[in-house]
Amino acid sequence: PALMTVRERLRQNISAAFYRHGLLCASYPVPIVLFTSASILTCCYPLLKLPLPGTGPVVFTTGVRDYTIPYHEPQGEIGERPEWYRGPPVAYIQQVLVKAAVSPWDNTLVPVDVFRSPIGRVFSLLEEIRNHVYTDSSGVRSLESLCLQVTDLLPGLRRMQTILPEHGCLLVSPGNYWQNQRDLFDLDSDLLKTIHQHEPKGFHISTSLRDLLFGVMKEHTGVSLYSKKRVVTYTITIALSSYDPRFLGSLRARLKQLHPSLNCTLRDDHMVHVHFKEEIGIAELIPLVTTYIILFAYIYFSTRKIDMVKSKWGLALAAVVTVLSSLLMSVGLCTLFGLTPTLNGGEIFPYLVVVIGLENVLVLTKSVVSTPVDLEVKLRIAQGLSNESWSIMKNVATELGIILIGYFTLVPAIQEFCLFAVVGLVSDFFLQMFFFTTVLSIDIRRMELADLNRRLPAEAGMPQPKPGPLRPRETPPPPRQSPHTITLQAPAFRNLRLPKRLRVVYFLARTRLAQRIIMVGTVIWIGILVYTDPAGLRTYLAAQVSEQSPLGESGLPPHLGVAPVFPGGDPTSTLSVLPAPEPTIIPENHSNGHDSLGHITPVSPQISWGPEDEDGWKHLYLRQWPSLFSYYNITLAKRYISILPVIPVTLHLSPQEAIETRHPQDTRHQPPPIPRTPDQQNDLTLYKVAALGLAAGVLLVLLLFCLYRVLCPRNYGQNGVPHGRRRRGDLPCDEYGYSPPVSEISPLLLRGHSMDIECLASDGMLLASCCLAGQIRVWDAQTGDCLTIIPNNGLRRSSSSGGWEHRDGWDPMTMPEPDTLSGADTGACLEGAECDGYPLRRRLTPSRPALFVDQPDLTPLIDTNFSELPPSQKPPKNGFDFGELVDRAYQEHEPSPSLAFTPSPTAPQPRRPSVGDQPVMSPDPCSPGPTDWDSSVWAMELRGNLIAAGRSSGKLELWDAVEGSLRCCNEDGVSGITALAFHNNRIVAARLNGSLDFFTVETNKPLGLLQYRGAPGRGSMPPSPCYRSEDVINCQLTRSVQCAHQKPITVLRAAAGRVVTGSQDHTVRVYRLEDSCCLFTLQGHSGGITSIYIDQTMVLASGGQDGAICLWDVLTGSRVSHVYGHRGDVTSLVCTTSCVISSGLDDLICIWDRSTGIKLYSIQQEVGCGASLGVISESLLVTGGQGCVSFWDLNFGDLLQTVYLGQNSEGQGVRQLLVLENAAIVCDFGSELSLVYVPSVLEKLD
Amino acid sequence: MPRLEEHCWSCSCPTRMKAEELSSASWVASKAEEMMSIVTSVAGHACGSLHRIQTANLIRRGLVLFTIGVFLALVLNLLQIQRNVTLFPEEVMATLFSSAWWIPPCCGTAAAVIGLLYPCLDSHLGEPHKFKREWASVMRCIAVFVGINHASAKLDFANNVQLSLTLAALSLGLWWTFDRSRSGFGLGLTTALLATLITQLLVYNGVYQYTSPDFLYVRSWLPCIFFSGGVTVGNIGRQLAMGCAEKPHND
Repeated sequence: PALMTVRERLRQNISAAFYRHGLLCASYPVPIVLFTSASILTCCYPLLKLPLPGTGPVVFTTGVRDYTIPYHEPQGEIGERPEWYRGPPVAYIQQVLVKAAVSPWDNTLVPVDVFRSPIGRVFSLLEEIRNHVYTDSSGVRSLESLCLQVTDLLPGLRRMQTILPEHGCLLVSPGNYWQNQRDLFDLDSDLLKTIHQHEPKGFHISTSLRDLLFGVMKEHTGVSLYSKKRVVTYTITIALSSYDPRFLGSLRARLKQLHPSLNCTLRDDHMVHVHFKEEIGIAELIPLVTTYIILFAYIYFSTRKIDMVKSKWGLALAAVVTVLSSLLMSVGLCTLFGLTPTLNGGEIFPYLVVVIGLENVLVLTKSVVSTPVDLEVKLRIAQGLSNESWSIMKNVATELGIILIGYFTLVPAIQEFCLFAVVGLVSDFFLQMFFFTTVLSIDIRRMELADLNRRLPAEAGMPQPKPGPLRPRETPPPPRQSPHTITLQAPAFRNLRLPKRLRVVYFLARTRLAQRIIMVGTVIWIGILVYTDPAGLRTYLAAQVSEQSPLGESGLPPHLGVAPVFPGGDPTSTLSVLPAPEPTIIPENHSNGHDSLGHITPVSPQISWGPEDEDGWKHLYLRQWPSLFSYYNITLAKRYISILPVIPVTLHLSPQEAIETRHPQDTRHQPPPIPRTPDQQNDLTLYKVAALGLAAGVLLVLLLFCLYRVLCPRNYGQNGVPHGRRRRGDLPCDEYGYSPPVSEISPLLLRGHSMDIECLASDGMLLASCCLAGQIRVWDAQTGDCLTIIPNNGLRRSSSSGGWEHRDGWDPMTMPEPDTLSGADTGACLEGAECDGYPLRRRLTPSRPALFVDQPDLTPLIDTNFSELPPSQKPPKNGFDFGELVDRAYQEHEPSPSLAFTPSPTAPQPRRPSVGDQPVMSPDPCSPGPTDWDSSVWAMELRGNLIAAGRSSGKLELWDAVEGSLRCCNEDGVSGITALAFHNNRIVAARLNGSLDFFTVETNKPLGLLQYRGAPGRGSMPPSPCYRSEDVINCQLTRSVQCAHQKPITVLRAAAGRVVTGSQDHTVRVYRLEDSCCLFTLQGHSGGITSIYIDQTMVLASGGQDGAICLWDVLTGSRVSHVYGHRGDVTSLVCTTSCVISSGLDDLICIWDRSTGIKLYSIQQEVGCGASLGVISESLLVTGGQGCVSFWDLNFGDLLQTVYLGQNSEGQGVRQLLVLENAAIVCDFGSELSLVYVPSVLEKLD
Repeated sequence: MPRLEEHCWSCSCPTRMKAEELSSASWVASKAEEMMSIVTSVAGHACGSLHRIQTANLIRRGLVLFTIGVFLALVLNLLQIQRNVTLFPEEVMATLFSSAWWIPPCCGTAAAVIGLLYPCLDSHLGEPHKFKREWASVMRCIAVFVGINHASAKLDFANNVQLSLTLAALSLGLWWTFDRSRSGFGLGLTTALLATLITQLLVYNGVYQYTSPDFLYVRSWLPCIFFSGGVTVGNIGRQLAMGCAEKPHND
């Protein structure tokens, strides 16, 4: 029991600790992620010291004089020595570099003479070397006792058997072609053929036999019929197993004495050690690839189990990152503390991953996800962590234990593996606890919101069980929670998958990210390779520096870590310290350059020793030595060889000798007919390579071009191109979610109204418009036919002149009565005042001064309204303020895009209602008194076949759109209706005095039996019930919120079961449509609200006079983001699933990222344009301009097309713009309506 | 859907199989098992259409296991001969294919038999295997198995006893981590013993030869490899069986 209690207590403690940790992680996600990233980077820093994969052999140079065989165990002063420089090398390579020439050259010689006798001399040299003996007190030493004895060629090399030495000393020279026998050489009639017959066919990049035997690059041998220089170069390569400086010294002295090289300045005091990397053969590759496939399968199957989170891919990535960076951290930490990995990293890596595993991560995710959803995120994380704490700890402890056991196997490789695994496990645990948990909390938080969003609209239709007491004003959330943890998108409503993927593609295509990353990576990689390459830049630079330093020549320290390298044949290298090569034998002949002229002037070849001879091995293929040794089954992988300084040998042969050694057939070779053929053979290969390379390059370019066309078919245009028509070729194709208009769009003009159109409403099928004259017309939104005309009741005269009178009658009236203005600034707009302040907004004002006729009629009415304002509404102090307010109010309201809600601006005040004017209204349930007809329509809404019209008198009328009959009216309120929202069977009316009335439309039938019309297409338009004409419709005031706002209501929007009002008092209020309950009062603006956007996905955006745009979370009432984008008022706001589009008084259209609140870009429009906005599809924006509408590509901000509405388009701005469900656009255009179809969008929607 | 799944398996599983020696060892046993499975399948045919689906299932599983076996045999064989690898690729390939051609098929057959036997045994014993039944765990198991082979081929141990002991510990660890069932242990042990015995017989008769035998005629770590191979293949077989049984539910 005691044990149990200890265990229980431990368990409790662990679980409590995990709980607290979870709270911590979920509370401060960003700092913790930053902290973890920083620690990962810190721990990975030592990795920079490890060599890059892909570099060639490593070179280390020591002095010859004090050379001793390095010890196996590292000595104290490792500093300068590389890791691999331990123990004796595989072999010492001694090369005897022979340069031979026939001189003087004369015309009697044939080309074969250039190399026959020089090569012939190799046999005597070999003899000399083999027989060299060094005798001193310790005994007699010969080459035989020192050289590397080889036993057997590989069985696969039968064809080389006759050439390479099969046993005895490993000593190769060109003489091997003739089995080192002079007589065979003399009998050979065609030396070149003998040499060439062992060459591999076709292209090859590896070492050929010729390279091995000659020991210099093919191009430098000079064994060719067309050699220009007529100097033959080859080496005799001796591999020594032990190093005897005295023997080698005597050999060197002997050879030098026999064949002095007068002008040779080669250094002989440096020994170069070359370390070779491990070879990866195909046999090793297959198991390696197999393990990696297993690894990926494991990761795939593991991450597939991640479920119930917002972003599976994100979490899977986080899990993989956790494991990988823990591995990197472990290697980095081990390196930091002096343990260098000796194991092949690539090989043990998969096993390490498997040992560390992704299990804990998955367990964590599962546990957190299975906690109750309604808890707070913090608590969920904490609970999930603490639930699994015990098992996680147990697992970690068990794994550590197992690995520790493995450590005591005392096998070095296993010990190292275990060490890495232990450190990796610990760092993995650390990362899981900090990094992954935090990422998980972020993800869970995102999912919470999305989840709630998805659930709530479903409830919106039915009464909510929640009593919904007014939530106290929500304080704005702490800033850390903001932009990147919250997204407002609700995937349930739109199929977001494709757009998301496409968006990634767009992003990649737009920024050309992939190409750039690859390019930069390649450049960096190449740069690093060039820098670290033994024959590369660094050594060259080092050589330069040492050359230029005063000590450069004499005082070169013997332990210089790098060999002085001079790129062969580079004329720019500074060789001044080395004596220029001097012709030795024929000093009088300096005219090398005339060689190429051919055989006209026989030129004697000269032998020169340049610095390029010193490190001749550097110009050999990298695989030269490994392949030579591999023939004898000796691998150089992870081992090194020591290359001793070359012994130079210069041979000068007399022409006499050359002629003597001639083979009888040699003279048959004619000199090349064309003197220009020299180097043709060499060049041929070059040409072939060049041609192939070119072809491959062209192919690659074509391929990339095709790929490019497939992926990014668009021109990267600039933002905000000035207005202009585009030719068809400029248009992007429909890769971006829509097809741009390919044909000229001709707007359909709907004529009929006599005056400017003030109200516009549509439900997708029908279109209702109301003009200043009070006439309501109903149009078919598809065809543009006028279906119904509802004349203004009070206005007998339908002539246009009468209309003008009414309209202009406003001006004089408003001027003397500031009180009226205060009432009107909510929604009723004052033409005259506004026109004075903003001439650009001016509408038709031709005959203004004529009319003051209506003034007396209007005044009492307005006065009455004003007097009824609730006392809380503070009357304005002075008239000047009002002027400004009115101006602003007009500016804000008028251009807003969805006109259905905009309070109608002033309408002419009808003077004399005449009852006889309404023969169609016989079934009118409430017989309107004469005074009712004096009012004008200020707001209009269309749903189903019902038109709701709010009048200035406060009366709400319901008209039948098809029959043009008045179905019912409600006169409960007396203050003018400035804005209307018609949602299902509910109507919300905002009145001039700041009150908000909720009406219910009732019929004698239950709502469920009503026929619905129209498909629920675009989110803002729910299916509207279709009331039949025989139904008795009753419109009842259900609730009236008397004091909805302290100041006049400026905007009213309804969607998703919510009604949102914005007011001059800087606040936004959210009401529930069902029970008229005020849910939130949203504070955050420092100016009056001018525009609001809300849609079915419960996105709420508001813009104010302060130029600020706020995004709100309708569910919690918290402010998601708050950005300032405009100088001046925000006039219009629209949202798409990914961005928010706003337009302001500064004629700027700004596009914001919805989730982060970052401004993507802005479009500067012409002055006076762009107040009205509409979004047709996810990527197509419409703005109204001066007599035109413009289409913009939202992804790039490009202007696609501008459609001019009429000939006389100047001066008439499009103030209202409505996007219909069939992707048509309706906008007002003076007294006409303009219906613009976007054909390709139609196709796309179909 | 079944096609897709099968494809998925054969893609994801190609990494594990038993060592080459296993195949030769259990060749006889596998033949017998094959006969048995044929008998079973014939009986199943007789039982009626209901069983036909199961038979198809069985055959499919057998095929998958066979493929895995062949693949793992090839790969692990390569791992074993890697030590003597030369720098000539053609040599390697020649070595790979010069070894007896019948080894991979035998490995495959053995894998199929063992893989089918495990779930069969589970159901007969009435204790279905519940421990860590998921593909991720199976993948991990295969990776560890390949790792054990890797270690046996590549690590330098002081002596053979140490090597064998280490591998034995690793094999036991494999069983404990991924199986933990008595039946699994028993079957693995039986497989190891049987396979080693058969290998001994084969080598004794000169069919096959080890370069440096240290345990009678074979290597002493052979039983460990067989054991872990048996456990691994059993793991795959169980997972396959479960996947087949569960699939209709999922759909």
